[in-house]
Amino acid sequence: MRFLLSGDTPRSRALAVLLVLLLAALALAPFLFPGTRSLNVAAKVCVFVLLAASYDLLLGYTGIVSFAHTMFFGIGGYGAGIAIDRLGAGWGALALGSVLALALSAAAAFAVGLLSLRVRAIFFAMITLAVASFFQILASQMSWLTGGEDGINFRPPAPLGSRLASYYLVFAVSLALFLVLLRIVNSPFGRVLLSIRENEFRAEALGYRTVAYRTAANCIGALGATVAGLLYALWLRYTGPDTTLSFDIMVDILLMVVIGGMGTMYGSALGAAIFVLAQNYLRDLMKLASGALHGVPLLPDLLHPDRWLLWLGVLFILCVYYFPTGIVGRLRK
Amino acid sequence: MKRDWLPLALVPALVLVALPLVGSLPTWVTLSVAGLAMGVMIFMMASGLTLVFGLMDVMNFAHGVFISVGAYAAVSVLLVLKGPMQAPSLAANLSALLPAVLAAMALAGLLGWFFERVVIRPVYGDHLRQILVTMGGLIVVEQLINVVWGPDMIPLSRPATLGGAFIVGEAAIERYRVLALVVGLAVFAAMWLVLARTKVGLLVRAGVESAEMVEALGYRVRRLFVAVFVAGSALAGLGGVMWALYQQAVTAQMGMQMMVLIFIVVIIGGLGSVGGCFIGALLVGLLANYAGFLAPKLALGSNILLMVLVLLWRPRGLYAVGKA
Repeated sequence: MRFLLSGDTPRSRALAVLLVLLLAALALAPFLFPGTRSLNVAAKVCVFVLLAASYDLLLGYTGIVSFAHTMFFGIGGYGAGIAIDRLGAGWGALALGSVLALALSAAAAFAVGLLSLRVRAIFFAMITLAVASFFQILASQMSWLTGGEDGINFRPPAPLGSRLASYYLVFAVSLALFLVLLRIVNSPFGRVLLSIRENEFRAEALGYRTVAYRTAANCIGALGATVAGLLYALWLRYTGPDTTLSFDIMVDILLMVVIGGMGTMYGSALGAAIFVLAQNYLRDLMKLASGALHGVPLLPDLLHPDRWLLWLGVLFILCVYYFPTGIVGRLRK
Repeated sequence: MKRDWLPLALVPALVLVALPLVGSLPTWVTLSVAGLAMGVMIFMMASGLTLVFGLMDVMNFAHGVFISVGAYAAVSVLLVLKGPMQAPSLAANLSALLPAVLAAMALAGLLGWFFERVVIRPVYGDHLRQILVTMGGLIVVEQLINVVWGPDMIPLSRPATLGGAFIVGEAAIERYRVLALVVGLAVFAAMWLVLARTKVGLLVRAGVESAEMVEALGYRVRRLFVAVFVAGSALAGLGGVMWALYQQAVTAQMGMQMMVLIFIVVIIGGLGSVGGCFIGALLVGLLANYAGFLAPKLALGSNILLMVLVLLWRPRGLYAVGKA
């Protein structure tokens, strides 16, 4: 067990219980919560756990803010979509699409990193925002390849025809890669990333080439996001700008990582689970509350089901100020 | 001090290079005016951001929110003043636009003041948290706009006398773009005068070079900073009104959509440099229009390409300022 978790145990009973509950719920989701909607939610949690964890490698462990994470998520989604759309629903096509997507992501992450990681964090954030929005426009313009705004509907390879098989593929790959990421952040490499976050100048003075380490972290994060994109596309059997590239998803990832707890992989797992649940079920609660307050000025509008992001935004700001270590940090105290 | 004139030549160079490419003189005139008008509007929105960064090393990712808020404030006023807006006299139109612009600048400035106090003040000197907190502020304000003004796009028509176009020779020049150009140049001139000729401007420029030194000489840079922040937010609000009338529609996301262009402009100009920001904005506006005409597919990538080229030439932007 310690080996699986790379020696990075939850270090808090409450956290351990929550994580075991999350793992059990996700592992048995098709049996515990039959029904299409809840299985969709479970699959989305799996994908976003991986996506948020790979983002946390950048934000929480290395201390760099990237806004291009959805770009890599999208490259994965389109890699699966375009390959299967063009070459037919075979494993060969999927493998080719995956390899190409991963290569493209790594190359793009390397190029962006080389261009802007030498300078300051703020510069990187601005450049990635510009590059990501450019990529989003590119994807919707090149409609002969990407299906434009409509995206691509496709049929996955035959064994994934059943929802059960697809779900367990998504679950297994996400879990495996989550453990790999946990391994990476607890390796000597991960320690160097932490030292760069804490004091870049000192890390450099100790002889570590910080630019190389940051670029490597950027590439690893990008690859994680690409795999998450592949899985999500396979689950939805669809890929398009709204499900992968939109800036809203980037904001979602930020919220997940910060609310869950920056700098802990477990935080991103919990954050992703909480966020996806809130996205799907908080609306129902707010609808009730909004209905109950009918007639009171302003309040029903503030509690309108479409305004759930408002409250998560407030929670996000409070987290940055008062609980920089998020939920996990609280639980570990 | 030796002036660095080279970047100044970029704008006329671009305009001249575009002439043979576009081919026809009237089209070229139309495109150039449109590009310059777009450029000065972007400059209004971007100038505050770059000054705030230069002065206090604060990057406000929620700057776009001031644009949206300004536009919405103006919409509220203009919906009330529908009568004078549609009257066929320029004076009546302007008498409706003026309160709208003032309301936009006031509300955006007020929001800026609140933002500086509540959101940004606790996270000075910590870029990571600055980015995160201002992103959070962006989410919350965007959602609040939805609460107050509703989530749907609001169409906005231009005042009666500002629709249509002047015909000069064979070139058609939209009247509204001329107005935008005049307002934008006036803003730039006023800003330049304040920065270059007044004591406050001197302090701001000195603060951008070295805030510590200015403080050591007994001036309160903090107070100066609040003033610059509020002024920058109000200008973003003004830019929001101009842009909304240009697009003839208002959405809560418009500010965030502009942010990408604004960042490109600020990076091209050099973080903290107002002059660089002006040149960058004009280049981006012109290039967007020329590219949109010559190669519509490339138009969207042209700004990124411009940014990469400028960074390859001068890695810190056209005019590198003190700390950036």
